[in-house]
Amino acid sequence: MSINPEQIIHFSPLHRLQWEEAQQKDVILYPEGMVELNQSSAEILKLCDGSRALNDIVADLEEKFSTTGLKNDIIAFLDVALQNGWIKQD
Amino acid sequence: MAGSNKIKITPPRWLLAELTYKCPLQCPYCSNPLDYSKHNAEISTEDWKRVLSEARKMGAVQLGFSGGEPLVRPDLPELVKHARDLGYYSNLITSGYGLTEEKILQLKEAGLDHIQVSIQASTQDLNDHIAGTESFQSKKEVARLVKKHGYPMVLCVVIHRENIHQMPEILAMAEELGADYLELANTQYYGWAHANRDLLMPTKEQYEKAEKIAQDFKEKVVDKMKIYYVIPDFHEKRPKACMNGWGTTFLTIAPDGVALPCHSARELPGLDCPNVNDSSISEIWNESKAFNFFRGTEWMKEPCASCDEKEKDFGGCRCQAYLLTGDMHNTDPVCDKSPDNHVIQEAIASARESALSDGEKPLIFRNSKNSKNF
Ligand code: SF4
Ligand code: SF4
Repeated sequence: MSINPEQIIHFSPLHRLQWEEAQQKDVILYPEGMVELNQSSAEILKLCDGSRALNDIVADLEEKFSTTGLKNDIIAFLDVALQNGWIKQD
Repeated sequence: MAGSNKIKITPPRWLLAELTYKCPLQCPYCSNPLDYSKHNAEISTEDWKRVLSEARKMGAVQLGFSGGEPLVRPDLPELVKHARDLGYYSNLITSGYGLTEEKILQLKEAGLDHIQVSIQASTQDLNDHIAGTESFQSKKEVARLVKKHGYPMVLCVVIHRENIHQMPEILAMAEELGADYLELANTQYYGWAHANRDLLMPTKEQYEKAEKIAQDFKEKVVDKMKIYYVIPDFHEKRPKACMNGWGTTFLTIAPDGVALPCHSARELPGLDCPNVNDSSISEIWNESKAFNFFRGTEWMKEPCASCDEKEKDFGGCRCQAYLLTGDMHNTDPVCDKSPDNHVIQEAIASARESALSDGEKPLIFRNSKNSKNF
């Protein structure tokens, strides 16, 4: 399973992404489990909101952090996220 | 033992709210205390809300509503709503008995994140026998409704000698019901399961066969179902890292408000487990005798004290050490370095003998009549 660059990416309806004040971290919550995210992973996942495909996410993040060349890292992370079921494509 | 000031106390992450010991089912492996009928007081809705708020403030984020059967509490939707407002991820751990579509929708509306339904076996006869109550069809229906209304569907099957031969059918049933997660929980021998151990513990051959079937299936369904396999620790050489370490992660509140570092800790002598009626969650977690008792490694005896694996498994389970060796400070006898490891081997042999004999004694079902005998 890997990301299809043409398709819109959704966050999984079976998981929840949330900021944890006590841990000062974003986390993914699912039945009886939790994954702690670093900042860049959290920024990517927040854009998986059902309105963007891969290139939109890359463009938005490169703009936000005033940088270029993020694409490969973003793809690598999204593949992991897809395999873990955190995100979905139709 | 306790009280070394050097130990850094981490905040609770997991709160298990045992709302009631009442339950319409009678599973003979139930982890509730044998004498639960003595502890029939229940704290109020307001008390539960305070507990939820205080634990959340400290950093608890996963919340399990369990019991007994949590659906028995009429204030469940109100508590679920409170939990959602606080930002918990809430898990309802239920037998499914009495869960209507209307209730499922009401709980969803209140903000419940997930429902775990337990099924006792893959056939009606055996399910209803183990549950002590006719419930198979309604459980399957509940599983379908949970799925239909967009919850992650977690099916939990406790595995023991009466149902282990059904492993292929149990897996097929989970697939047919569309489970997102399947928990195959080999029985842990506490509470009622300890009392019924000779009758519940499978033989090693049975375990190995069932585990192989489950592993093969796991690979087959890897894209659609996650399988959690709770190992039968009696057949391991090392104990489980119980509770991820005492007082590090888990906080259980029993129906009467007693705070426990693990849900079996009520059985341990001399811990003086505190009650939420008398102290705040922060006092309980940080300062109480019970929660500090086995924190860190200072309390350990040999062979754990000088073992290089002590940060990995924390010496195993305190309740198991107590139940099987009589001293809760001992190494968990599952460990093959434990001088008491023979008690595990004897338990396995005794269960095996019982499995191979014809005249087995009957299971002791979990109900208030039987509870009064303990
Ligand atoms: S294990 Fe069975 S008897 Fe015990 S609380 Fe759960 S459903 Fe009820
Ligand atoms: S001796 Fe104690 S610490 Fe060492 S492996 Fe066994 S249980 Fe773990």
